[in-house]
Amino acid sequence: MAAKSTRSKAGSESKARATVAKTYKLYVGGAFIRSESGRVMAVKSGDTFVANCARASRKDFRDAVKVARGALSSWSGKTAFNRSQILYRAAEMLEDRRAVFVDRLQSHAGFNEAAAEREVSVSVDRLFWYAGWADKFTQVLGGVNPVAMPFFNFTLPEPTGVVAVLASSTSPLAGLISAIAPVLAGGNTCVVLTDHDAPTIPCDFGEVLATSDFPGGVVNLLTGSRSELLPHVASHMDVNAVALFGGSKEERVLLETEAAENVKRVRCFDDPPVADWASSDHQSPYWIESFVEWKTAWHPVGL
Amino acid sequence: MKTYQQHEQSRQDREEMDRKQSNRGDIKSAGPDVESTSPSAPQPEIPRLLFGDLWDYDPAPESTEPFPIEKRYEHFIGGKFVSGEDYFPSINPATEEILFEVPAAGQKVVDQAVAAARSAHQRYWKELSGAERGKYIYRIGRMIQERSRELAVLETQDNGKPIKETRDVDVPLAAAHFLYHAGWADKLDYAFPGAKVSSLGVAAQVIPWNFPLLMAAWKIAPALATGNTVVLKPAETTPLTAVMLAKIVQEADLPPGVVNIIHGAGETGSNLVQHPDVNKVAFTGSTEVGKLIQKSLAGSGKKLTLELGGKGANIVFEDAPLDQAVEGIISGIFFNQGQVCCAGSRLLVQESILEPVLSRLRNRMASLRVGDPLDKNTDVGAINSRAQLEKITSLVQAGEKEGATMVQLSCPLPEKGFFFRPTYFTDVAQSHRIAQEEIFGPVLTIQTFRTPEEAVQKANNTFYGLSAGIWSDKGSKLFKVAGALRAGVVWGNTYNKFDPGSPFGGYKESGFGREGGLHGLLSYVEVK
Repeated sequence: MAAKSTRSKAGSESKARATVAKTYKLYVGGAFIRSESGRVMAVKSGDTFVANCARASRKDFRDAVKVARGALSSWSGKTAFNRSQILYRAAEMLEDRRAVFVDRLQSHAGFNEAAAEREVSVSVDRLFWYAGWADKFTQVLGGVNPVAMPFFNFTLPEPTGVVAVLASSTSPLAGLISAIAPVLAGGNTCVVLTDHDAPTIPCDFGEVLATSDFPGGVVNLLTGSRSELLPHVASHMDVNAVALFGGSKEERVLLETEAAENVKRVRCFDDPPVADWASSDHQSPYWIESFVEWKTAWHPVGL
Repeated sequence: MKTYQQHEQSRQDREEMDRKQSNRGDIKSAGPDVESTSPSAPQPEIPRLLFGDLWDYDPAPESTEPFPIEKRYEHFIGGKFVSGEDYFPSINPATEEILFEVPAAGQKVVDQAVAAARSAHQRYWKELSGAERGKYIYRIGRMIQERSRELAVLETQDNGKPIKETRDVDVPLAAAHFLYHAGWADKLDYAFPGAKVSSLGVAAQVIPWNFPLLMAAWKIAPALATGNTVVLKPAETTPLTAVMLAKIVQEADLPPGVVNIIHGAGETGSNLVQHPDVNKVAFTGSTEVGKLIQKSLAGSGKKLTLELGGKGANIVFEDAPLDQAVEGIISGIFFNQGQVCCAGSRLLVQESILEPVLSRLRNRMASLRVGDPLDKNTDVGAINSRAQLEKITSLVQAGEKEGATMVQLSCPLPEKGFFFRPTYFTDVAQSHRIAQEEIFGPVLTIQTFRTPEEAVQKANNTFYGLSAGIWSDKGSKLFKVAGALRAGVVWGNTYNKFDPGSPFGGYKESGFGREGGLHGLLSYVEVK
């Protein structure tokens, strides 16, 4: 029954043959894993059962942070060109699976066909856009500073480190990608928590990432409850920054209060209605800037 | 190519010759020396610098006479000096004498100041073109230059730092910050490619006592250039030059309320940053207080920048130019009595050159003159307050107790005032409090390393991430290490250099946001 509903579009053929049902898991350290807690969330489309998605626990989050920390040097140590190429590759992989996502957005997330097509197009284009930024924002936003002394002085961005992303609850794909692409372009690694009615979509996106040459652990995708995990995200001492999309006033207060314990950088973004994610208001090199640290170096100039 | 050892041998040979030539037998050393608490501490291998022992320095105090200090100063709100309540004294830390008193702003005064800033933002400053704003900011810079001697003399009395520093660093840099930012005011459209920026509104700014005028300039100049109005609270121990800056703002005829300056201690600062009508908070000070501010602003939507503490590593590789490196070590830790958030307070020396570095360091330290901050020959002045002196003293005691070996300059100290002898520790473990905590005084810890990887690991082994120094003549190594250090400012073959065009700020628990340069503007605008 479950198998049938996840492949409802298979039509008459489904009567003859039962499809193989997919297990939706967390994507951590380059592997697809179940929650250590053994918990799942039953995902439904209307009244129809769709899948059991893993519901990440506090321990899953902590494990993912450890993995993301471990992956930081391999990701930030790559050339900007190489990071750019891998992000481009992710755009290729997503484009390639376009039909799957258009289908799932309709059958799992209640999109109509036009909206599903748009969601996927925005997602691919946004990844492609940020991929190009990865080896350019340094030049556009960094610089050489003309100091009034015989010194060569320049300012360059470096990744902030491990970023926890509390992604959109309106847009399961474009919102997710709009959140993580600037973080990755800046050279950070991330742990992403998606609390969306259709958590299968971010899980499917994990397969795009898994085939895009990201080193394991650069992006870690968790599905679960934001309200459950937010206090643990906020207080984790090895998280350097948090990106919060939407969220209530109470959530922001809690997050920013706990975040002060290790002076986390907290960035709060809007979580607009799903159709609005297509707007170019939701992509900016200054979103990359939100997750970098500026390093200024001095050296004497002389004979 | 010569190996390091050959270099070192020939250097020692040269120095031996110099010593023989200058030691004419009849000159007795009368200058200051360095003393170790440990009998086993190594003694200098190379002779002291002897240029000062034929005669004593005559006192050369800068005159305070042309710049009388009034008994009492006031808040500056809405373009006027307004009296307040709860006056408290500000003392000269070099003499412990009361210089003047200022009022402590309660909630009512904070409300008045924020209201004045809000009104000035809406009525004048937001409406003014960038070109016009720039001319006002420029006036402030020029007037600081014109009154630079006065500002230096007053700052030295209120703060305790040597006149040569206020005269040559604090005041000229403060003027430079206004002059630099004046030019940005009408060019913001070019500063942020592809984005439209707007001012935030009212900026609440709380600054520390270590660079009173300079910090005020760091805070006010970019805020005004980007179209914000400000309420600034100087530190309670050093309000004098902020008052003088207020006078300059008044004389420069800025629209009333664009710059407001109120006095008080932590409670005033706390009321100011939490004021609901403030849009932007900029704080420079300790990490402890910074965290409290970050907490207190949670959910407020105010834009926050924090420039907090540091425990800067100054890394000296065996291929470093040693004489320059020693100058950098000295300025890294003894500039402003070490009361500098980006001080090079942890010296990391490659093991193979520990002894040559230590002997040169002792030698150079012996030439430091500690005493009257107003004396133009003074290198190390007074600690800013008794509380700070006690903090330094207790951390130094902790260092001795935990087993590190202390070496201290054995110079005479003035009978009155808050003075501390330049000090360094060897045999320091990473776990020692003196290696972990910000001392904010003229106290250096010295550790060794064998490989660049170990140096980087030790340098980054701290919650702080503000500054670092690297000394090496090998460019590729310098770049590699600079990239691996988690610090916002990295000085290669130099230390403690500042410029208004050079962004400054920290990684990790040293805070976020930058001050100075293009990147400092971002802290004061909304990007759309």
